[in-house]
Amino acid sequence: MEVGQMQRRLVDYTKSLFMEGFLDAQFLQLQQLQDESNPDFVVEVVSLFFDDSEKLLNDLTMALDQPNVDFKKVDAHVHQLKGSSSSIGAQRVKNACIAFRSFCEEQNIDATLRCLQQVKQEYYLVKNKLETMLRLEQQIVAAGGSIPMIELGF
Amino acid sequence: MESCNCIEPQWPPDDLLMKYQYISDFFIALAYFSIPLELIYFVKKSAVFPYRWVLVQFGAFIVLCGATHLINLWTFTVHSRTVASVMTTAKVLTAAVSCITALMLVHIIPDLLSVKTRELFLKNKAAELDREMGLIRTQEETGRHVRMLTHEIRSTLDRHTILKTTLVELGRTLALEECALWMPTRTGLELQLSYTLRQQNPVGYTVPIHHPVINQVFSSNRAVKISPNCPVARLRPAGKYMPGEVVAVRVPLLHLSNFHINDWPELSTKRYALMVLMLPSDSARQWHVHELELVEVVADQVAVALSHAAILEESMRARDLLMEQNVALDLARREAETAIRARNDFLAVMNHEMRTPMHAIIALSSLLQETELTPEQRLMVETILKSSNLLATLINDVLDLSRLEDGSLQLDLGTFNLYAVFREVLNLIKPIASVKKLHVSLTLAPDLPEYAIGDEKRLMQTILNIVGNAVKFSKEGSISITAFVAKLDTLRDSKAPEFLPVLSDNHFYLRVQVKDSGSGINPLDIPKLFTKFAQNQSTGTRNSGGSGLGLAICKRFVNLMEGHIWIESEGLGKGCTAILIVKLGMAERVNESKLPYMPKMPTNHGQTAFPGLKVLVMDENGVSRMVTKGLLLHLGCDVTMVGSSDECLRLVSHEHKVVFMDICVPGIDSYGITIRIHEKFTKRHERPLLVALTGNTDKVKKENCMRAGMDGLILKPVSLDKMRSVLTDLLEHRVFFEAI
Repeated sequence: MEVGQMQRRLVDYTKSLFMEGFLDAQFLQLQQLQDESNPDFVVEVVSLFFDDSEKLLNDLTMALDQPNVDFKKVDAHVHQLKGSSSSIGAQRVKNACIAFRSFCEEQNIDATLRCLQQVKQEYYLVKNKLETMLRLEQQIVAAGGSIPMIELGF
Repeated sequence: MESCNCIEPQWPPDDLLMKYQYISDFFIALAYFSIPLELIYFVKKSAVFPYRWVLVQFGAFIVLCGATHLINLWTFTVHSRTVASVMTTAKVLTAAVSCITALMLVHIIPDLLSVKTRELFLKNKAAELDREMGLIRTQEETGRHVRMLTHEIRSTLDRHTILKTTLVELGRTLALEECALWMPTRTGLELQLSYTLRQQNPVGYTVPIHHPVINQVFSSNRAVKISPNCPVARLRPAGKYMPGEVVAVRVPLLHLSNFHINDWPELSTKRYALMVLMLPSDSARQWHVHELELVEVVADQVAVALSHAAILEESMRARDLLMEQNVALDLARREAETAIRARNDFLAVMNHEMRTPMHAIIALSSLLQETELTPEQRLMVETILKSSNLLATLINDVLDLSRLEDGSLQLDLGTFNLYAVFREVLNLIKPIASVKKLHVSLTLAPDLPEYAIGDEKRLMQTILNIVGNAVKFSKEGSISITAFVAKLDTLRDSKAPEFLPVLSDNHFYLRVQVKDSGSGINPLDIPKLFTKFAQNQSTGTRNSGGSGLGLAICKRFVNLMEGHIWIESEGLGKGCTAILIVKLGMAERVNESKLPYMPKMPTNHGQTAFPGLKVLVMDENGVSRMVTKGLLLHLGCDVTMVGSSDECLRLVSHEHKVVFMDICVPGIDSYGITIRIHEKFTKRHERPLLVALTGNTDKVKKENCMRAGMDGLILKPVSLDKMRSVLTDLLEHRVFFEAI
């Protein structure tokens, strides 16, 4: 596939992520911060996000597995996850975390378990999407092209 | 003296005449002496006698006459000269006195006579006064009776008691044989015997109301004597006695509606009751005037008392009714509230429950799309995705609608590109339109601003819905979309009488017209279009999908945007035009940083705004920390990162100009750190500015920050531009609290 096509594909893909609500404006901010002095900013942040989130999700699973669930701890974890996802612009994960937190307040075990599933689901989705997108970017860079600035005017 | 009648020592026995004369004279003298004595005695006894002097004269006259006659006794026989002279003196005196008396009497006698006349006059007067006294007394008694009756009647508000008391008291006062009250029936054509004095339970005895006697009684407000043979008076079984006189009087029945504020009722009411009073039979008693008056007064009082009682009854009834209604309303309200609560709960739960699997379907289908598929499979997956998106939209719609109805929906206002909205709609609708071979044209007026402030998502949803409908209901032809700024005259359209636009400087009214050449709508159906779940039942809609919610939701969105939406159509087959007017804010400057649908990537600002500014960032969350660091690095700052409060306190120095602290983490005591930093740097110019970063906040938190000694508060997420302006403000004013 030649560079132009790949670039177009990347643009379409990124657009779709925004349309579908996977990412929000915060992600654009991140992209803005990437420049010559900081060329891999986005990749670094995203990777950090993945690591962080995996760890948090594991902690959450374990915490909710306990016979006596410590909701404060669960809440703290979810709070962290919410913070991370909102910093990176993973909108759907953030929304799922918000719902999660409200159920934590109510100390509703079934609901929180469901929420956990949902959060995981969203997370894996967005992870998948982001990885695809980053892969595309890498391909473009490897093929000698430059990552197009997403200008979604009509 | 020749014929001297000397008194002989012995009377001549044969001169009887002389003897009689002698005796008569003696008696006359006696009488003459005793009369004045009597007079004096009696006058002395009586206190009032005006003519004493006359009496004295009279007495003198009589005494002298007596003396004369007495002295006459001595002159029968031979008498001496002394006797003669005494006699002469006496006679002379008598003559004088009697003349004087006679003269006096001329004066006196008329007076004395007139006394008699006066006496007669006074007697008459006395008789008259007596009569009047009698009258007054009677009147007073009547008055007393009336007062007593009134008191009795008005002492109760119970209709039955009033009437009964009236009859009883009247019967007692006037010593009646029978007293009855006839009330008009509901139809007003008959009088029914309602109450009587003697009979305990009057049978429903009725009499037609248009009897001449009854009419006569009703036409005058006086008590009228009627014949005992009148049907209303035939209350007692006809006895062998002569029935007593009967009197009837009308009792006006007043209604609440008769009481005008300004003028008392002129008895325009035509409803009267009849009160009939019968004197005892065989008593030869007659109705006296004062008794009639009493009856009339009583009748009036009864009327008033009855109307009071009626008013009271009505108001009690109204009050009871109101109370019942209140209770019913309260119950209904509580039921409605319960229903609403139940519905909201249901919706909330269902929303969550429905969305979860929907998400799963959509997510996994889109993941599936990414994998290797055969074209057939791809087609199937795409259909699945489209359908599930549609379903998700529907669920959202239903939820939106219920939230709209609750009034809990609020518009997400933001600046957006208006032109882009229209182009997006066009792009979305083009595929379907081209399949149906419909030509779609978009015309944007040149004075339409490019950017506007409003709820972009919902505006697009509304326009899309309308355009979609236009496409849906047109089998052929063309669709034209025009958008322009509505001027005042076009705003006041006769089709939208209740729409009152208010022009102001910061807003403009966007008017969008979508004209199609489709099947049109019957003008009679137009009002129903915007109601929920109502579908146009014409033939063209058999193939259309949709739940009928679309236009209802659109209308509500438009209302929220302070606008108006309506549809005009000439009729079936003539196409229709949908017109929508919404109020949008004028965008002064474009804030490009939050445009999820149409993100524009500005070119990187190569300049560094704050070269070398030393900043300390404290955030427990790694990702967040990294992002903030990236931001600040991009702006040219020299950033130190710390992950805990201890590290922060350790590393903070007077070289750092700003310290950003994330305070929404539960574990960190940001206020404590603030205080400790304040303690560490006593001199103000040495202390770095403390800014709180938080994802969500409220007034309370903001106040706590202020009180703890923070210099600023910013809400996450922070965009590049925002950070830039925040730092500028902060360094200039040394304080920056974001508006919550």
